[in-house]
Amino acid sequence: MMTIETIVFYLFAALSVFAGLRVITARNPVHAALFLVLAFFSMAGIWLLLEAEFLAITLVLVYVGAVMVLFLFVVMMLDVDLVQLREGFWRWFPIGALLAAVMVGEMIWVLGNRQTAETGAEVIKHAADYSNTKELGRLIYTDYVYPFELAAVLLLVAIVAAIALTLRQRRTAKRQDVAQQVAVKRNDRVRLVSMPASARVSTQAQPDEAAASDQQKH
Amino acid sequence: MAKISSFFKSFLLLELLKGMAVTGKHFFAHKVTVQYPDEKTPQSFRFRGLHAQRRYPNGEERCIACKLCEAVCPALAIKIEVAEREDGSRRTTQYDIDLTKCIFCGFCEESCPVDAIVETRVFEYHGEKRGDLYYTKPMLLAVGDKHEAQIAKDRAADAKYR
Amino acid sequence: MMELLQTIEQAGQGLLGPFWGPLWTLVKIVVIVAPIMGGVAYLTLAERKILGYMQDRVGPNRVGYWGLLQPIADGVKLLMKEIIIPTGANKFLFVAAPVLALVPALVAWAVVPFADGMILANVNAGLLYILAMTSLGVYGIIIAGWASNSKYAFLGAIRSAAQIVSYELAMGFALVCVLLAAQSMSLVDIVKGQQHGYGLLGWYFIPLFPMFVVYFIAGVAETNRAPFDLAEDESVIVAGFHTEYSGMGFALFFLAEYANMILISALTSVFFLGGWLNPFEGWPVLGAMTAWVPGLFWMLAKMSVFLFIFLWFRATFPRYRYDQLMRLGWKVFIPLTLVWVVVVAAWMQTPLWFW
Repeated sequence: MMTIETIVFYLFAALSVFAGLRVITARNPVHAALFLVLAFFSMAGIWLLLEAEFLAITLVLVYVGAVMVLFLFVVMMLDVDLVQLREGFWRWFPIGALLAAVMVGEMIWVLGNRQTAETGAEVIKHAADYSNTKELGRLIYTDYVYPFELAAVLLLVAIVAAIALTLRQRRTAKRQDVAQQVAVKRNDRVRLVSMPASARVSTQAQPDEAAASDQQKH
Repeated sequence: MAKISSFFKSFLLLELLKGMAVTGKHFFAHKVTVQYPDEKTPQSFRFRGLHAQRRYPNGEERCIACKLCEAVCPALAIKIEVAEREDGSRRTTQYDIDLTKCIFCGFCEESCPVDAIVETRVFEYHGEKRGDLYYTKPMLLAVGDKHEAQIAKDRAADAKYR
Repeated sequence: MMELLQTIEQAGQGLLGPFWGPLWTLVKIVVIVAPIMGGVAYLTLAERKILGYMQDRVGPNRVGYWGLLQPIADGVKLLMKEIIIPTGANKFLFVAAPVLALVPALVAWAVVPFADGMILANVNAGLLYILAMTSLGVYGIIIAGWASNSKYAFLGAIRSAAQIVSYELAMGFALVCVLLAAQSMSLVDIVKGQQHGYGLLGWYFIPLFPMFVVYFIAGVAETNRAPFDLAEDESVIVAGFHTEYSGMGFALFFLAEYANMILISALTSVFFLGGWLNPFEGWPVLGAMTAWVPGLFWMLAKMSVFLFIFLWFRATFPRYRYDQLMRLGWKVFIPLTLVWVVVVAAWMQTPLWFW
């Protein structure tokens, strides 16, 4: 019996397989990146079918909304030369093929094994008020709190390391300090001076003479 | 201390709010827009609009083809050809102003010894084809004939300053 | 009203059976999208009018009474214009980009409650959904910039990508405060969490005031509106990402920008100003006097206020320089929001938390 859910599942699955294939076969790297976005979207759709809406939306939010944007950003900036890319293809092909074969073997081993692949239970249908988010939060902060905190610390270390690696201040570099620029007030730059009005009248009479003497000089 | 106070001031967005107060005040201010086709701004008698060639009251055209205007024109918009007329007077056979080149500086009018080329108050004219704004002598004379009363009045008003 | 809807629904169910559900949803979508499109059209007129008034002008007033037909004239003009695809442009992506810009702006409305019960889909993770959808809008801009094969468009796209990713973070953290306070990610629950019987004193903009300001400013930055409109910085990079677009392609970008403005206004009202709630609810005299006003009115009124502020910003502030923009996002907003998340979390543990 084909329910609507099965149809939708196969639709999303086919879409993600197609998109995944196109990611590695597309000639244009920008197209490849966009196909990756499509793959993420169809995976999010499959997760939604499993009632994992938190994970699905987070996938879209984090990977599509942020990571892939930066990815595209970089790919668009690079001037990828396809000919150059293809140069070493056949030289490295055996290693690549070997790696791919190992990965396929591992997948078959894991998914084909009864003990690891089959949970023995159907996907449980939940009531309408079931909140996947709440369940996840409960699990993360109770049963899996140590792994979760460990992962968080790992990410923090990665952030610190990334900053430490890239933040090299050259002493000779001259840069603007925006905070200083923004903090400038009118009084720091402009001074209003009151001039006596009578002094101006006496100088006003002379410009013609001054101009005349100027002309003589030249 | 001053640094700390300015730090908090910037967080309170005081200066931004001051700026918004200014625009907010202008939102309710009197509007100065002139509703153009219905209302028009007053013109000076020195207004420099469409060019015209004038005539004397007896119908004789004023221009004596001295070519001063052609020489002074900074945009090279004026083209003049000269020939002697049967009666022996010096007249133009061609007097063209390309209004797409003209910058309406008024030098031609200033340089003219006989007040022949003038700029009128007319500014609402247009051309539908490319050549429409290339004004020839008969066209300029026609403009002059049409607006002569106004032109004469404006010259009279300006006379005491010249 | 409700009974009428019920009878319609029953009649439809009887008539069409299983096909009724999708059809009815489609009708609802049209009912939401059509007024938004109309709102976008008239928002452009409002913008020109308000900018004009703030500059001591009167704005458009020739087409129809008080210029009321101006948006229609503009729409017809844009429809008739030729669509030019530049040489060397990636045709498919060039055409797809405006659509990609508009779709997220409209899709996000699915979880926005307009009044009690007036919502298309009351999703549990509505707040996350909103964040995800608003972050997708940048694809239209990036793809437009890249597919145009023009350096100005590309510069605009690059600027926009970096800007939106930066301000997304501040926006997200501001919303973390909201969901801490509401203890729910559903937009309906967030609005109901602000209902305490004290009218506007119960709304989240009081305890979360800095987040309210940060969210709205980050929202202005997300929609690429002045003073953060560096993606279409007309004095520097022609028209930014939509330099090469004409006719309907340009119009779609325009629609997306204004639909996003309306969306940000609606979201700010929902998160911080109690959505459809009556500001005088439970107040001695005013509460009783305004009890009959429908929730939809309050929602629209709050949205209008924010839309006016959007236009007010544009009339007032000069454009940011790019490094200043980045500084504001990373060095001011993100630390501020992070601090306030901790403050709110701690505050909620004390008996001084009244919300």
